[in-house]
Amino acid sequence: MSLVPEIDFGTPASRATEQVALTIDGQTVTVPAGTSIMRAAMDAGIQVPKLCATDSVEAFGSCRLCLVEISGRAGTPASCTTPVAADMVVSTQTEKLKKIRKGVMELYISDHPLDCLTCAANGDCGLQDMAGAVGLREVRYGYEGESHTKQEKDESNPYFTFDPAKCIVCSRCVRACEEVQGTFALTIQGRGFDSKVSPGASSDDFLSSECVSCGACVQACPTATLSEKSLIEIGQPEHSVVTTCGYCGVGCSFKAEMRGEELVRMVPWKEGKANRGHSCVKGRFAWGYAHHRERVLKPMIRDSIDQPWREVSWDEAIGRVASEFRRLQEKHGRLAIGGITSSRCTNEETYVMQKLIRGGFGNNNVDTCARVCHSPTGFGLSQAFGTSAGTQDFDSVEQSDVILVIGANPTDAHPVFASRLKKRLRQGARLIVIDPRRIDLVRMPHVEADYHLPLRPGTNAAVMNALAYTIVTEGLANERFVREFCDRDAFEYWAAFVSEPQNSPEAVGLMAGVDPETIRGAARLYATGGNAAIYYGLGVTEHSQGTTTVMAIANLAMVTGNLGRPGVGVNPLRGQNNVQGACDMGSFPHELTGYRHISDDATREMFEKMWGRSLDAEPGLRIPNMFDAAIEGTFKGLYVQGEDILQSDPNTAHVVQALSAMECVVVQDLFLNETANYAHVFLPGSSFLEKDGTFTNAERRINRVRRVMTPRSGMADWEITLAIARAMGFEMLYRHPSEIMDEIAALTPTFAGVSYDLLDRVGSVQWPCNGKAPLGTPVMHVGGFARGKGNFLITEYVPTDERTGPRFPLLLTTGRILSQYNVGAQTRRTGNVVWHDQDLLEIHPHDAEQRGVRDGDWVKLDSRTGSTSLRARITDRVAPGVVYTTFHHPETQANVVTTEFSDWATNCPEYKVTAVQVSPSNGPGDWQKEYAEQARHSRRVAAE
Amino acid sequence: MSSEKLVMMANQIGRFFVPQRGVDPAAAIATHLRKFWDPRMRAAIVAHLEKGGEGLDEPVRQAVLRLKEDRA
Repeated sequence: MSLVPEIDFGTPASRATEQVALTIDGQTVTVPAGTSIMRAAMDAGIQVPKLCATDSVEAFGSCRLCLVEISGRAGTPASCTTPVAADMVVSTQTEKLKKIRKGVMELYISDHPLDCLTCAANGDCGLQDMAGAVGLREVRYGYEGESHTKQEKDESNPYFTFDPAKCIVCSRCVRACEEVQGTFALTIQGRGFDSKVSPGASSDDFLSSECVSCGACVQACPTATLSEKSLIEIGQPEHSVVTTCGYCGVGCSFKAEMRGEELVRMVPWKEGKANRGHSCVKGRFAWGYAHHRERVLKPMIRDSIDQPWREVSWDEAIGRVASEFRRLQEKHGRLAIGGITSSRCTNEETYVMQKLIRGGFGNNNVDTCARVCHSPTGFGLSQAFGTSAGTQDFDSVEQSDVILVIGANPTDAHPVFASRLKKRLRQGARLIVIDPRRIDLVRMPHVEADYHLPLRPGTNAAVMNALAYTIVTEGLANERFVREFCDRDAFEYWAAFVSEPQNSPEAVGLMAGVDPETIRGAARLYATGGNAAIYYGLGVTEHSQGTTTVMAIANLAMVTGNLGRPGVGVNPLRGQNNVQGACDMGSFPHELTGYRHISDDATREMFEKMWGRSLDAEPGLRIPNMFDAAIEGTFKGLYVQGEDILQSDPNTAHVVQALSAMECVVVQDLFLNETANYAHVFLPGSSFLEKDGTFTNAERRINRVRRVMTPRSGMADWEITLAIARAMGFEMLYRHPSEIMDEIAALTPTFAGVSYDLLDRVGSVQWPCNGKAPLGTPVMHVGGFARGKGNFLITEYVPTDERTGPRFPLLLTTGRILSQYNVGAQTRRTGNVVWHDQDLLEIHPHDAEQRGVRDGDWVKLDSRTGSTSLRARITDRVAPGVVYTTFHHPETQANVVTTEFSDWATNCPEYKVTAVQVSPSNGPGDWQKEYAEQARHSRRVAAE
Repeated sequence: MSSEKLVMMANQIGRFFVPQRGVDPAAAIATHLRKFWDPRMRAAIVAHLEKGGEGLDEPVRQAVLRLKEDRA
């Protein structure tokens, strides 16, 4: 094994189609117009010395090391800032250039501490490499120059250090922060010899600055100035493996840089088609949970949840699962057990899990956490377009002219995509934000939304209808697109519906709390501003009308013709890494892989033949239905893989009641999570670093996940599922996850062309990938919809049953923040807690003052469902009447207050609308104290 | 399962299908229930109908009648 090689071309690629031929060091080179001489040389295998240039940022021309000579031109121009020209003749190595470069390097080295042997970058240092490249043998100025070694290191960031002694002021970090990340946290302070990299104001360090710890600066730094602390501690890696991040639905590709089985660092992979070499604080740095001391590595069982856990062998644990599940089925019937697949697990793990349930349990009681996030996307888009997925790839945003973001907060929840989006906005694309909160995108450095619609939670469908009203009644519909690609009758019926007075901006604006002219302006911009793309998240789906709003979004894209080409489309931003894949893999109780209904005889028979089992044609229970059935007494056993339903699902007391009513709860996870407090069997799972398989991201991209270390518990997750199946008499024979994918491909038309061999050859593919699209499908619905004609559906606004009133006058909406992920099981066990160590309640100053609440005070949050206490953060990011919190910490359990109201079509819970009251409090409430005690009691492990 | 919850969920489904173009709402609602509700949920709402069907909107009541016919 070795390090995966990456070539730094020095400057970004030109996208020009015109080709230019020139001569470099006697070689003829042909490159796109606009390419720098440096990049053209590298294309020909000629490395021009460089320090301030790297291909992730635009050329800067400051280090004066990459100088070249050009026939017929005076001087020695920098090759990074000089574009190629036809018939140009370039020399990269002449006596004159050699002399200049040596002189430049002498100046750099005279001001640099020569502690190379003990330097973290030893062996991977741009300065060291260039000293070698230019043949530096002496420094005429001596080595006694100002080396800044007395300057204090900035070690405030939990993951990297800033050592000013090593800085050569190349500005690569500053430019990466601006151009790649788009945060503008860094600058060069001072002039001349006093120049230094500075995060924010002079009083700031990296932690207190606006730095979001994405790692782009560390990646760009050519010296040890910005170094990962893990690298400093461990040393340089000796091999690397390309794999896929286990956090959000962006699905970033990383090189896991290793020393033996020890992970040194995660470095974003430039060839990754989702992230294009960028990363965020979670994927780049927050992987320490894999080795956290609370990680459980041995199987455990207990007879009741009052007892301490007892560590047992794998055989005993698997045997217990099988015997208990069989006992429950014999006593309570075939339908009395089920399972929940995980969007954090691979496609292959998810596939065998649903196969176990359908083929081994003999029922369809399988569901996935997508139930509680994007299930309305699957149903809504399938009805409108014929496919349960987003329409574009992430590259598409680079061709968007108008970007509409609704119910999503990309800078926090999908930060790497957000950086690409912000880059496009800085290039001039226009922005519409529809969100109850003033999310960062509304106004931040170099980004400002043209329109922000701060709608009242629960009114999404109405506002989308009002946008459609404006488009239709003002004659802005794309008649040609509708005529060619959509069902004409459905369009006319829908157009008449949205033109009704109750859908006008004036009527809707009053009810939704949005200025009608803002609605009209946003609609006009979306319809007429060029390529318009919609990006949406759980702020759309997690409502009683989640599916309706997804359909309304689809209507809006169709009526304006914003589908079927790059730059446009309907783009659900998936929360977890493999939400799309979990849905694709047949995790829903009514569907087999590829979204084919279980009642379809032909499809079911195909699976029956392959699996050697007869399958139930009836849909199974969805997660909320499982809870209800458990409380009713007809559902007795549950196998939960990689999900913490107790913390993530609504109305915690209801979930507790359901779990407590079951006789055998099996949890497969990394940690004793909150659900495990009510479990009888614990099976230790694997982190993404220990997995072999694939994840499918929000753009339908199937990416390889490659094992970089042995599963710490001794068994891979898919092997555990197979062992349970075997113990229950259902043999699944796979030697490797690639064989599972082969079976998926054989049974699923949209995956027919997918294989590990293909993924290893081309990197990744987006489904559909089959005979018609052997290398996948970046953009869907080109030249027509998957279902034939696009279907306009009536999206009548129906207010939620959750209402404010005198007792509960405020509306609570929940969400995420950048540094934490979902229920926090992973990120709470990393250095990320420095940014967010507790859930806070955002409340408007007006509402806070009315209640006598000051910033930082404990407050009690009451709803009709329950009550919890947390600290208040006073901010006008939320509108008066709206409060907001996150659900990352079990000490808070935000879902104690959320309700069981759910989406009409899919039962996706309505997390985003809960009527609440806020009042001053002295600290955690009784329920929190009791829960903490129960959790402590439940997590006891008996001594051997 | 709680009849109250099932009635609420079924009525939600009804409110979507009633205004749709060219569909028989009762048929569309019944199809949705068949495709997405587990048999015990369907049995429970049929049982609720047999006890008078309190709270069911009319098209939903018609849909549940069709589910009852499925079981005949």
